[in-house]
Formats: sequence, structure tokens, C-alpha cells
Amino acid sequence: MKNPEKAESAENEGLLVRRIRNGTVIDHIDSGEALNVVKILGITGTTQEALSIATNVQSREMGRKDIVKLANRELSKEEVDRIALISPSATINIVRDFKVCEKKGVETPSLIVGIVKCPNPGCISNTNEPIASKFRVTGKGLRCIYCDWVISRDITSHII
Amino acid sequence: MATQHIISIGDFDRNEIDRVLDHARQIDENKYDRNALHGRILAVLFFEPSTRTRMSFESAIARLGGTSLSVGSVEACSMAKGETLADTIRVVSGYADAIVIRHPKEGAARLAAEFATVPVINAGDGAGQHPSQTLLDLYTIRQSMPIDGIDVALVGDLRYGRTAHSLAFALSLYNVRLHTVSPKGLELPAPMLAELREKGMEIVEHDDINDVVHSVDVLYVTRIQRERFPDSASYFNVASSYRITPELLLGARKHLIVLHPLPRVDEIDPRVDDSPHARYFEQSRNGVPVRMAMLMKVLQ
Repeated sequence: MKNPEKAESAENEGLLVRRIRNGTVIDHIDSGEALNVVKILGITGTTQEALSIATNVQSREMGRKDIVKLANRELSKEEVDRIALISPSATINIVRDFKVCEKKGVETPSLIVGIVKCPNPGCISNTNEPIASKFRVTGKGLRCIYCDWVISRDITSHII
Repeated sequence: MATQHIISIGDFDRNEIDRVLDHARQIDENKYDRNALHGRILAVLFFEPSTRTRMSFESAIARLGGTSLSVGSVEACSMAKGETLADTIRVVSGYADAIVIRHPKEGAARLAAEFATVPVINAGDGAGQHPSQTLLDLYTIRQSMPIDGIDVALVGDLRYGRTAHSLAFALSLYNVRLHTVSPKGLELPAPMLAELREKGMEIVEHDDINDVVHSVDVLYVTRIQRERFPDSASYFNVASSYRITPELLLGARKHLIVLHPLPRVDEIDPRVDDSPHARYFEQSRNGVPVRMAMLMKVLQ
């Protein structure tokens, strides 16, 4: 006889991981970081694409993980590498016609442009100048190329 | 060849610093071409008050046969009308062969370098960098002693003082033992201390100037600003305990030199001015040959 609990769980999992025809699946996101991943990708509530977010999904390797699926949009390498800032273990699957065509990890970029706001109120990047914020990624965190301020923790709270 | 800018002392390695200082010494010995920059125009964009830095850059270009242009006061320039610094820099690039900039915002010179089509020299950006000051500080030390193997004490407000930060960084490229002497709350920022130590610099922290005055070769004194304290009484109390007096210097090493980026207020007793240890006015004068060497570096 079918175990009802298991069936419910499978059904939920089915809903959570339902396949998309075309687009990008970001898997193995550190648990609890999915909303930040969406934020760092610059995807807002006004997006026209179907966006699915699953948090605290059971994972054999990670215990718990988050998943983000974005239909009809293939994220570029530059876009996905930003994710490494908050979830270096994330993997990216590019899906075309229900098939995973590309699978890759994320690499920490050396320069972050326009994603993180410099916390230094005296920094020129926090004025009306026509520039995007720029941070060099170092072993100690993100260093503002303008004022040398270093963000060493809680990077997500500085995401624009 | 890419346009050469001078934005931060952190962009220099030791060899580059030594080359600028060697060149400044040649200039100081009158071994230079007085028309080396003939016909070249230096734009002097100062968005903050300055006496020494501005005048010494103007003197430096004039001594090399060039001329300088300036906007006068900030109120008189188009920034006051709301123009961005980026636009100002693009425009001024068309009028001059190099730009010297001082600005209240940190990173302003780095931004200027992004938009300029001519070399940019940072003459101080807020609490950030001031590389020409650091180079002339090093030059003044080197006039008296080799920089390697010495003990240098940084005294005063080491938390906010940009000249102390830049100098500490530059000294980490040499074999120098650094002593910091500052009131509570105005110590060198912890991340900076950690970074300097990672570079292999030996740093000894003190809060009493009497602990170091007899065992160092250089006393680099910076201003303790009144606005950092809740009231005048606590300011005077702290400031007086860091004041350099002839009595304090009794028993100091014979070759000890006292430096100060100026302007000084109460940090150095005027009676010290006549002492053989006092080098701060010479340090200020050294701004000219060092800035001449910097101008030639970016314009030749």
C-alpha cells in the first residue's frame, strides 16, 4: 500500500522541482540564500518570466538547499558568477527543451560592478556621479576600488 | 602607452618610490632642465582648501617651465551649479596636459582618472589617499637617514589621519619598525594594523609618548582634532599629553627628526622649531622637488 506521507512528500517535491522547458535552474544554493540569489541577479517583482523559488529542500549532499528556476532566460556567465559571492557551491543548469544542455559551477569574479553598495558614506560612488560601484574581490572580502573600504561579512546586506 | 596617473601610494612598489625620490634629490641639487615641461599646462582642481599642496604644485610646474590653470574657489566653478565631477574632468582634460585634484570625497581621484584623457594626480581625497604627501615624507626621512632599519613613531590621531595611513603603508615596503602612539579611540584602525602586520611589519602600540621618544629615529606627529572629543576639556587634556616640547626631546637620539604634515596647532611647541630635531618646515619645502619629480613622471 502507498504510504500517504511519502506520497505527499513526493508530490511536494514534484511541485518543487517541476521541470521547465527552457531557461536556467540554479541548484545547490546554500539553504536560505535563494531570495538573495534572486536579488543579486537583479530579478525583481516586475519580471515577465516565470520564476520559481524553493527553499530548504532536502538534499543528499547538502542536507538542505535552495533552488531557483527562471523560465525562458539563460543567464550569462557574468550574471551567474555573482552568485558565488553568497553561495559558492551553487550549480547552474541551462535547460533547452526540457534537457540540461549546460551544467556549470560558479566562479568568484575578480571584479564586482554595480551590485554592491559601498558602506562608506564618504565614498565618491555614493554620490550622483555617473559610475557604478566597483569592488575587487580579495581573500578578505570585497574592496571598494574607489575608497578601499572592505566589506568582509554580510555581503548580502550591501547588495543594491 | 596608457595614461599614467598617481592616485594612491598603494599603486607604487618600492622601486618606483625610490625612483621618484632619487629624481627629487637630483632636482634638489639643481640637476634638472628648467624647461622640461615648457608649454605644458597643469590644471589645479582643488575642491577643498589647501595652502601647501596647492602652492607647491603650482611652484613645481612653474619651476619646470610650465604653467598652471585653476578654477579659483569652489563656489566659482560649475560644480557649484551641480555639474558632476566626471563632466568637470572630461571638460578640463581638454584644457590642460595634466590635472591635480583635491576633493572631499574618498575615491574622487580614482573616478577622475576614469574620465580624464590626461594624467591625474591625487592631491588628497577626503579621508583617503594623499600620495604626494607620503612621497615628500619619505624624501624628508631619507635626507637624514636610510629608511631601512629605522624606528618610526606615528603620533596623534591615527584613526582619521590620512597622512599617517599612507605613510604607514609606504613604510611597510621598507624594513621599518613602526610605533603607534595615539589616544584611546584614535588608534590606527584594526584592519589596517592587521594588513600591515601581514606584510611583515613589526608594529608596537603605545599610548604614552614618553615610552617611545628615546628609542625612535623619526617622530611623525599629526594633529589631534578638537571635534573628535565631546568637550574642550577632554580635548585639551589629551592634546597636552601628546605635545612635543624641548623637555620631552631631552635624551632623544641625537639624529631623531620630528616631522609634521602641517598645519600644526598645539601639537608641537614653537620652542622646538629651533631644535636640530625639527624638520617639519624643511619637509614642507620638500614638497616642491618631490612634486616636480611627480609631474615629470606623468608628463614626460
